[in-house]
Amino acid sequence: MTSKGTLVSALRTRRQEILVKWLAQLEQVSASAKGRLSSKDLGQQAAEFLNILAATVQTSPTADIATEGWQPVKAFLEDLSRQRVLTGFSSDETATFIFSLKRPIFEALAEECAKDAEEFSRQIWVASALFDALGLHTVKTFQVSREEVIGRQQMELLELSTPVVKLWDGILALPMIGTLDSARTQIVMESLLQKIVETESQIAIIDITGVPTVDTLVAQHLLKTVTAIRLMGADCIISGVRPQIAQTIVHLGVDLQGVTTKANLADALALALKRSGISFVKQ
Amino acid sequence: MERIPILRMGEFLLVTIQVDMHDQLALQLQDDLTRAIEKKGAKGVLVDISSLEMVDSFIGRMIADISGMARILDAKTVLVGMQPAVAITLVELGLSLPGVATALNVERGMKLLRQALHESNSDADFIKR
Repeated sequence: MTSKGTLVSALRTRRQEILVKWLAQLEQVSASAKGRLSSKDLGQQAAEFLNILAATVQTSPTADIATEGWQPVKAFLEDLSRQRVLTGFSSDETATFIFSLKRPIFEALAEECAKDAEEFSRQIWVASALFDALGLHTVKTFQVSREEVIGRQQMELLELSTPVVKLWDGILALPMIGTLDSARTQIVMESLLQKIVETESQIAIIDITGVPTVDTLVAQHLLKTVTAIRLMGADCIISGVRPQIAQTIVHLGVDLQGVTTKANLADALALALKRSGISFVKQ
Repeated sequence: MERIPILRMGEFLLVTIQVDMHDQLALQLQDDLTRAIEKKGAKGVLVDISSLEMVDSFIGRMIADISGMARILDAKTVLVGMQPAVAITLVELGLSLPGVATALNVERGMKLLRQALHESNSDADFIKR
């Protein structure tokens, strides 16, 4: 008899019994998951996992999940945790899927080796190590999937936070919101310059009302953007400079000379219209 | 040997860079352009770099130099149609080209040159009187 002989036979002969107990356990611990996952789906997943596990234990020579034979089990768990990330499960809820299988299996093993206490403890150890490894693998995949989701959200935020709007024929505005770092400024700069080329706009207004703080680095980024805009042959006005920011800029010794700055967007637009030769008459 | 053509339009010279610049070509252009300004007595130079996709520090320096040389020969240079990627590269290289006039397209560049010529002509009138 191999070291996991009884795990194999337990899974083969007492499969239905294990499944029923496992589902009872799952129902008990995942009461909070109601609504996100129906008990029918959960039952299907559990049955499918038991099938794959039974097949793997039977054919695979070792209980080491890093080996080739365990690939189907791992693939199933990876799929499962990815789905659970997307439906908003927490990591412990996901890990419970595996860990709650321990008790039914141990009980089955106890009945299998009813007469041999030594064999029983050995089997328990093998099974315990196996389920721990599977559980950890599930959590690891869960984490990776979660990070993917976060990464994608960051990208979306980056795209959303840099809208270039057309205020008038030949006048573009870029309302900046949030902290400016190198990566964001790069994207902001590129999208603004691209838009200038597309619309052949002569004036670009960068509104920094939504930028909470300006340090030397942010000021540097702003200056770079202004210079790039000038090189392309357009003009740039910075608007929305709050009193604190004006103080900080001067205290930091940042030289903003040669850059037109305005306190608010309305003033900047008025200046831009004047430069374009457009005037309004109040009726 | 390949050269960048220098076209004459009235009192202005028109240079369109449509190939990837390499160092030898850039030096040749500097040479040709200064000669052309002198020979034709041009008052303005319009350099169209809208097809230029890549620059390095040498080409960036060359662009700044052309403007400086033209100014000494009493011609105003306008750089038109710089691509966003080129502008970002020049800024990152620390070449902000101070004193070089820029415009979004050839049309606006010509307008700028005409304005500058008009101003210098009215100066000349003032001196004559």
